[in-house]
Amino acid sequence: MSFITANWNPLGDAFYRKTELYDMCWNLRDSGLRDSLVAAAHYGGPIALLREPQRRSPSSRPQLEIYLASGISITSFPWKSGPVVHIGWTVTDELLCVQEDGSVLIYNLFGSFKRHFSMGQEVVQSQVLEAKVFHSPYGTGVAIVTGSSRFTLATNIDDLKLRRLPEVPGLHGKPSSWLVLTQDRQTKVILSNGPEMFVLDNTSCTPVCPPGLSPQYGSVVHMCVSFSYKYLSLFTDTGHLWTGSSNLQDKLSIVDTKKKTTPNQMVWCCRPQSQQLSVVLMWDRLLLVAGICGDTIQFPVDDPCVLVGELDGVRIINSTNQDLLQEVPLVCQDIFKIASMAPGALLLEAHREYEKSSQKADEYLREIKEQSMLGEAVRQCVEAAAHEYDANTQKSLLRAASFGKCFLVDFSPDQFVTMCRELRVLNTVRDGAVGLPLTHTQFKQLTLQVLIDRLVYRQFYPLAIEICRYLKIPDYQGVSRVLKHWASCKVQQKDLSDEAIARAVCVKVGDAPGVSYSDIAAKAYECGRTELAIKVVPYLCLTCACACACACVCVCVSVTPVCLTCVSLSLSLCARHLSLSPVSLSQLLDFEARSGEQVPLLLKMKRSQLALSKAVESGDTDLVYTVVTYLKNELNRGDFFMMLRNQPVAQSLYRQFCKLQEQETLKDLYNQDDDHQELANYYITASYREKRLETRLSVLQKAVDEFNKAKNEFAAKATEEEMRLLRFQRKLDDEKGAGLLGLSLQETMEVLLSLGLHKHTEQLYRDFRLPDKRYWWLKLKSMAEKHEWEELEKFSKSKKSPIGYLAFVDVCMKSNNKSEARKYVSKVTPEQKVRAHMVIGDLEGAADAAIERRNDSEMGAVLSRCSTADCLLIDRLNRARVSASKK
Amino acid sequence: MAHSARRDSPKLPDFSLLKRLAKDQLVYLLEQLPGKKDLFIEADLMSPLDRIANVSTLKQHEVDKLYKVEYKPIVSTSDQLCFLIRPRIKTVKWICDVANADKAAGRFRRYKIIFTPQKFYACESVLEEQGLFGDVTTDEWSFYLLPLDDDIISMELPEFFRDNFLAGDQRWVRTAGSTLHLLHSIYGPFSKIYGIGRCSKMVYESWREQVEEEETKARQAEIGNVFLIDRDVDFVTPLCSQVVYEGLVDDIFKIKCGCVGFGTDATSDKNVKVMLNSQDKVFNEIRNEHFSNVFGFLSQKARNLQTAYDKRRGMDIKQMKTFVSEELKGLKQEHRLLSLHISASETIMKKKTKQDFQEMLKTEHSLLEGFEIRECISFIEEHIIRLVSMIESLRLLCLLSITENGLLPKDYRSLKALFLQSYGVEHLLTFANLKQLGLLVEQQPGETLTAMESKVGKLVNDKTAGKLTDAFSSLAKKSNFRALSRKLNLVPKSDEEYNLRVPRDMAYIFSGAYIPLSCKLIEQVLERGGWTGLEEVTRLLNGHEFSVTGNNGADLRANNDAPRIVVVMFLGGCTFSEISALRFLGKEKGYKFIVVTTAITNSSRLLEALLENHMRPVNT
Repeated sequence: MSFITANWNPLGDAFYRKTELYDMCWNLRDSGLRDSLVAAAHYGGPIALLREPQRRSPSSRPQLEIYLASGISITSFPWKSGPVVHIGWTVTDELLCVQEDGSVLIYNLFGSFKRHFSMGQEVVQSQVLEAKVFHSPYGTGVAIVTGSSRFTLATNIDDLKLRRLPEVPGLHGKPSSWLVLTQDRQTKVILSNGPEMFVLDNTSCTPVCPPGLSPQYGSVVHMCVSFSYKYLSLFTDTGHLWTGSSNLQDKLSIVDTKKKTTPNQMVWCCRPQSQQLSVVLMWDRLLLVAGICGDTIQFPVDDPCVLVGELDGVRIINSTNQDLLQEVPLVCQDIFKIASMAPGALLLEAHREYEKSSQKADEYLREIKEQSMLGEAVRQCVEAAAHEYDANTQKSLLRAASFGKCFLVDFSPDQFVTMCRELRVLNTVRDGAVGLPLTHTQFKQLTLQVLIDRLVYRQFYPLAIEICRYLKIPDYQGVSRVLKHWASCKVQQKDLSDEAIARAVCVKVGDAPGVSYSDIAAKAYECGRTELAIKVVPYLCLTCACACACACVCVCVSVTPVCLTCVSLSLSLCARHLSLSPVSLSQLLDFEARSGEQVPLLLKMKRSQLALSKAVESGDTDLVYTVVTYLKNELNRGDFFMMLRNQPVAQSLYRQFCKLQEQETLKDLYNQDDDHQELANYYITASYREKRLETRLSVLQKAVDEFNKAKNEFAAKATEEEMRLLRFQRKLDDEKGAGLLGLSLQETMEVLLSLGLHKHTEQLYRDFRLPDKRYWWLKLKSMAEKHEWEELEKFSKSKKSPIGYLAFVDVCMKSNNKSEARKYVSKVTPEQKVRAHMVIGDLEGAADAAIERRNDSEMGAVLSRCSTADCLLIDRLNRARVSASKK
Repeated sequence: MAHSARRDSPKLPDFSLLKRLAKDQLVYLLEQLPGKKDLFIEADLMSPLDRIANVSTLKQHEVDKLYKVEYKPIVSTSDQLCFLIRPRIKTVKWICDVANADKAAGRFRRYKIIFTPQKFYACESVLEEQGLFGDVTTDEWSFYLLPLDDDIISMELPEFFRDNFLAGDQRWVRTAGSTLHLLHSIYGPFSKIYGIGRCSKMVYESWREQVEEEETKARQAEIGNVFLIDRDVDFVTPLCSQVVYEGLVDDIFKIKCGCVGFGTDATSDKNVKVMLNSQDKVFNEIRNEHFSNVFGFLSQKARNLQTAYDKRRGMDIKQMKTFVSEELKGLKQEHRLLSLHISASETIMKKKTKQDFQEMLKTEHSLLEGFEIRECISFIEEHIIRLVSMIESLRLLCLLSITENGLLPKDYRSLKALFLQSYGVEHLLTFANLKQLGLLVEQQPGETLTAMESKVGKLVNDKTAGKLTDAFSSLAKKSNFRALSRKLNLVPKSDEEYNLRVPRDMAYIFSGAYIPLSCKLIEQVLERGGWTGLEEVTRLLNGHEFSVTGNNGADLRANNDAPRIVVVMFLGGCTFSEISALRFLGKEKGYKFIVVTTAITNSSRLLEALLENHMRPVNT
């Protein structure tokens, strides 16, 4: 395969090669790249062209065109804004157009205007003479030099802070050359003005003199800095090229290019672990690669072209094709250099012989194995494959590696497998249709995440998803993220109906983990498609519950409470899909964890009902309360209450609040719900707050009415009786000053009895149809308390006691009147006799009664009360127990 | 101790760490308001605070004067006021009044509210409404757990019960979730989590959410199992009279935050406050005993003490010296405690051996067993008529309703009427509350509603079912006590004598008449490692059971005690009797139970929480 080295050019002890990347698909007509502002983004990014930027008349406007790196047109539109001085790409592939008046317009890849900012008011007057877009660890920056010879910097356009740099002594108009570089986290400007050179930073302007660049070499007219800001090269008007470190401390070399004219463009060409750094200079007819060793390579140029410095080479774009000029990586040199004896080269040879079924394969293999370099050989082949652009070369290298691998034990295949995968991905994105001519080194620097982001940004969604799946990226970082972007983009499509979009989103996104529907909804809302936003949100409940339902396209109801509310929202529902699928807890929680974000969004979208149900469902009462307070102010009362009605949790929360804060509202709330029972309870409570009897009675009457409506007859009657009682109490209070008001019926009667108002007691007893038991107890107690023993006896004989006679014994004993108590013992029923005797402390009587009844437990009870003094009694009882147990 | 330990008891995790954490955070918060300040403390936070940081600690951190929040204008002269409160709207409103009064008087002060255990948006919105949001700074003292004893941790949130079960206000669910999370992050990871009840499930979910928000590190687990239970799963147990010593002390003297004030009748000198925990050696031995054993034990103890004292006789000087320096102090201490508990027991005896109490116990037991119901009803009637005790009457009514699956319409009305006549018509509201909780209901004609509900319940999942249950609750809150009792064998056969000295099961805490349902469930679930085989039981309990294997990142080594350490979290409170029962169960089965509860409760606290508090003072 000698032809591989055909395009290799030696430069010092290294080689440089120029590989064709694309035949450009664009049709630039006759003018080509001439008379255009051209900006090509790094890492194989898009190319922007502003044709004939000088044209100012409204009839013929300059044309702004954006292409993929392969020349496929993305967009093209006439430039209607002010005159443009410079265009450049940001790190996120957005186009910056710096206008003469200092305003910077930002467009996205598709040519739609994003926003703009200004480089300062004074610039409007003085005008921008030159501008540069640069990249730093902080992002993308813009630097301008104005008509008043002042520099202004913005290090990060996303966090705009304008810095006006100090004045440069003796500078009028624009400097002969300048550039921006980032060093030690500082952004500086290096400029040359005639024979002088300065470094400008935030505070000072320092004259500098690069080491070894004595005045005899003339003054600097062009300069460039390497991709990593590590090296600087200066071109003088005597045709000398000075190279050195960008901090101007060390000199690398001075090369005489023997060209006196200023080059059109000058770019560093190096790669990580470069052996031979070089600077590429371009004149109208010549491309010169000047190595720091002093060697040069010359390429003829017949068409104006543009150089794009990359991490590991230089892309050369002209109107017909695009090439990559780079130093041949060491590993490729080792393998492909003619007569190389590197293990990789031998392995490649061995494999080639093996394919020819030649026994030489074995010889080669042996040779490698003898040096025990087979592992190294495989590694070399794999690594070299990474650096080759041609798929066939990659294949033969990888096959060789695979072949070599077979003869190795304990060799981890990871590197090989990863490389195969990555190369496959790279070859795909390098394809003209995608147009991302990334080298493997660039890809590694860029990371896969960013590559996917870039694909997504270019709207190559299917490809991005394929890549995610192919490289087995976890869904959360991979497919889901792509889908989220896709959905966010989808909802902005103005030509589709809400329904169609919602459906499409539902089908595609389905249950992909980690896709925040709120984000999608927010996007839709941003574009003014509220309805669509709503439509997207309810899908949440589906996704949390049943993924299968999503696949059926229609909006199905899963039976989580959220979804029930969706039912009430009556979005397009399909009853057929009422089938349930189990909800996995983690999914549910996963979903719930986000309610804190959804709810405010829903409120913002004025979807309060949904917000409320989501909040309730989250179980976070604070969130519910937030919504409730918001709704309270937002809606009219009726609607507000209606909404609460469907949400018991929110309702009880609000009730709690009202109980403490707004009693009146509470009433309205019950009224609205026709909750008569609660309303009645409310009135009962309220009645206790009323001081005046009349109002209190009227409130109670309301309670009665409500109880009746609630069909709670018992409560209605009880309340009516209370009203009667209150009236009665008031009357007596007025007549006798008894102080009855507010007492319970029982208490009232106790007071009446103690006051000796028997007639009134009787009246109450009849009026309220008190149970006899209660009446007897009352009388009994009152008489005993007043020591009316005769009355008591009379009363006991008036008729048969409904409460038995033990009670009489008890009350007498309470007043310590044993003799009176004794009177009633005989009247007590046989079952209670023992107890009655014991109450009055008559153990003997108790024992007699117990023995008579032959009741073992009663005898036991008496026994337990006996003290040692009652030995006779104990004896008797024990004997009786024995005889009782015998029978 | 009468119980025999079948296996060695695993060692309990050290919960004093919780106190230290709380203290450190409080100090940090106080330091956030540098300089002298007056501290206003919510009344029900006083005792818990005292257990965390005493006055001298507070003074060290520049607290000048301490006040109790009394909802009155304040008299402080300090320029900085700090309020340590529960997140209640009422208190925040009061603070607003204070601040506004200062404003009107042209007085400038700095105010800081420390909410514990967390702040609620509702409270902040009050500040906002009153235009004080900028003047008052707020903070959270995440003091979730107060270890009352080696195995009892309380959240000290008695309002949890009413708010959650009666008002349907779920604001504390997250708090409970955070509590669990705190335990998990210090003593976890848990390998198994069981639970029953709607609130339990929500707490579990809230906890899961919090766990998933953070990384899990592999740790040595100190707690293996967790059991969450809602109070409304078992209302019977807390409604029964307690007859185990600790429970009795709580019923009669009211244990507050692990501390009790024996009244003047129990102690010779005036009201002494005594800490009741395992540090008290005498108490530790009798706390779980049935009361009938307590006297015997105490007298034995007294004799032992006397013997120990008697050793002094015939000692020489040297021996006497060692005796005085080593033993005497301990003996004196024991002596003091012993006399305290003896006099407390006497007071209890006086109250509880009365005929009334015996009859009441008999009635309770009849209710539990389900016979002689008419006698029970007439006993209750008399109880109400004689105004023995309002709370006790309510308790018996509720017990009757639950065990009988609702009252007959006739009884329902007549008993309520009797009660209203005795205690006033305002108790219509109490009855409404009791009905809502299913504590006192009317028997439903037929089973139509139940059937319908269970059908609906099967159709929809938990959360919706919860909603529906709410809707049905007033109609069909039903208890299936009888069926449960049969299924789980809660009421032992009464024909044989129950030896209270050597109990054979947990029923001993109710004199052998009833095994507490809550504890029985725990026993069954732990035994089976889940709810399998208990389907019928959970159906009768309205479901909401779950059992989850957690074990994420658990570093389970052999020889670890963790699987035998079980945290039981009672949402809505638990009684000392239940704790005693669990201690017994632990001894029998080789577990160690840690009870985490929203508050320690008993029948009167439970029922008092359901009264409408704005009415006349309760006359018990």
